[in-house]
Amino acid sequence: MRIKLRQVILLAFVLLFPGVLQAAETDMIAEKSFSGTNEIKVLFAAKVNTAIAGDMSRYTVYEENDPDIKLALTAATITDEGRGVTLKFAEPLNSANTHVVSIRDLKGEGAIDFKVSKSYLGYLLSILISAMLINNFVFTKYLGLCVFFGTSKRKSTAKGMGVVFTIVMLVSASMSWFFYQYILIPYNLNFLQIVVFIGLVSLTVQAVDTILRKVNPVLFNSFGVFLVLVIANCIIIAVPLILANNNYNYLETFMLALGAGGGFLLALYLMSSVRERLEIAKIPSSFKGLPIAFIVAGQFAMAFLGFSGLKLF
Amino acid sequence: MTNTKSIGQLLSRGILSENPIFKLALSMCPAVGISTTVMNGVMLGVAVFFVQVFSSVTISLFKDQIHPRIRIPSYTLTIATWVTVIDLVLAAYMPGAYAKMGIFVKLIVAFAIITMRLEMFACKEKVKDSFWDGVGMGLGFLVGMVAIGFVRELLGSGTILGYDVLGFKPLLFFILPCAGFFVVGLMMAFFNWIEVVYKQKRGVRS
Repeated sequence: MRIKLRQVILLAFVLLFPGVLQAAETDMIAEKSFSGTNEIKVLFAAKVNTAIAGDMSRYTVYEENDPDIKLALTAATITDEGRGVTLKFAEPLNSANTHVVSIRDLKGEGAIDFKVSKSYLGYLLSILISAMLINNFVFTKYLGLCVFFGTSKRKSTAKGMGVVFTIVMLVSASMSWFFYQYILIPYNLNFLQIVVFIGLVSLTVQAVDTILRKVNPVLFNSFGVFLVLVIANCIIIAVPLILANNNYNYLETFMLALGAGGGFLLALYLMSSVRERLEIAKIPSSFKGLPIAFIVAGQFAMAFLGFSGLKLF
Repeated sequence: MTNTKSIGQLLSRGILSENPIFKLALSMCPAVGISTTVMNGVMLGVAVFFVQVFSSVTISLFKDQIHPRIRIPSYTLTIATWVTVIDLVLAAYMPGAYAKMGIFVKLIVAFAIITMRLEMFACKEKVKDSFWDGVGMGLGFLVGMVAIGFVRELLGSGTILGYDVLGFKPLLFFILPCAGFFVVGLMMAFFNWIEVVYKQKRGVRS
């Protein structure tokens, strides 16, 4: 039984990480990757004819989803003593997309095609980081503000809310993804998105409430009050809508939900730290309470603008 | 909340004394997110207005059939239905404006203000009163959105509804997304300040 479970997990792993375990498209290419902003590095499996490999007119490169737009090369330089080549492009490459490179007549007649893409794990992590920092749901997408201002008065409340929120978000996003992929799309019910997603979110909240009450009453006593607030929050419904828009697969959905929840937790924690101090600060009476909280949030939003150019993977 | 409220009272409560944006501080997300121009404010305001009125009337019509224990889910489903209707109508007839508002039209479903009005008013009162209450709240939201949009568009790009009125751009900062927080915060403080001054004057007189 134990082994069986392990096999299932292994199988799921293999199925879910197609990018990691992808076999090489051709035997000729040993390695290929993006380097810098406008270069693709290729390492061949064996020595090649440098006159052909160094001739940039033999290369055609395009983005996989735009095969009509050929990217302009400026140079093809032989590296590693004739075993590799570096392709330089006129314009910076969008390394988030998969690029197709094809070389004419490198080995006998005919073209060799291969795809260059970032590693899938890096892509998943970039979704997580993006949802958490670059597109933080509170400070750059302006979602979930009611709850954000309502529960960021105390650090302990903020932490509790953030954790409950992340859990509910993960569960509801997974369910929404399943319903979207296997029910809404096959039966052409896309127009029912809103109704289905809000129903699922309410269901999840109700389920978490009931389960938590039975399984861990102590935790329920400290977190239970936040659960009601979760329903009336737009982030929680925004995540299913975004994943439906972008046609994410399950892992991407998971990362988006985790990033959104983590980002919300981060925002709540930062805000509550400031607001605890604001209470003892001297502020004009008409600014007391919400107005000053809004202005602080505005300053956080400006700070988060600084993440906008961040590119890690 | 009695049945004797006049239409005027119901309307003015939504727009002034219980303005959803400035007084109740509910449904802030769109007020900060897309209020960069007056037009955006009007569009979303109108969408919310219709959802609020239709949902209020629907709930008020069916209030005797809805069991109290399932009232929150039934409110949510009612709102979701009307939001879907508005969403599809906007997408069909105003694709340009719809693209600008992005995900916020769909997010009307999670607006606390609509659920709150259904819970506090529409499920107890007559259809006619609920209708006017919905109109008042919807207008209150519309007015708030337009006010914020007005300030941001005037100060940010020097225009009103796309027409150049100032001839120059005073503070580009205000059309940056994060300025929404500042504008809403400053406007709230401004209304608080007016209230304080007004009360002081009345206090001196009496």
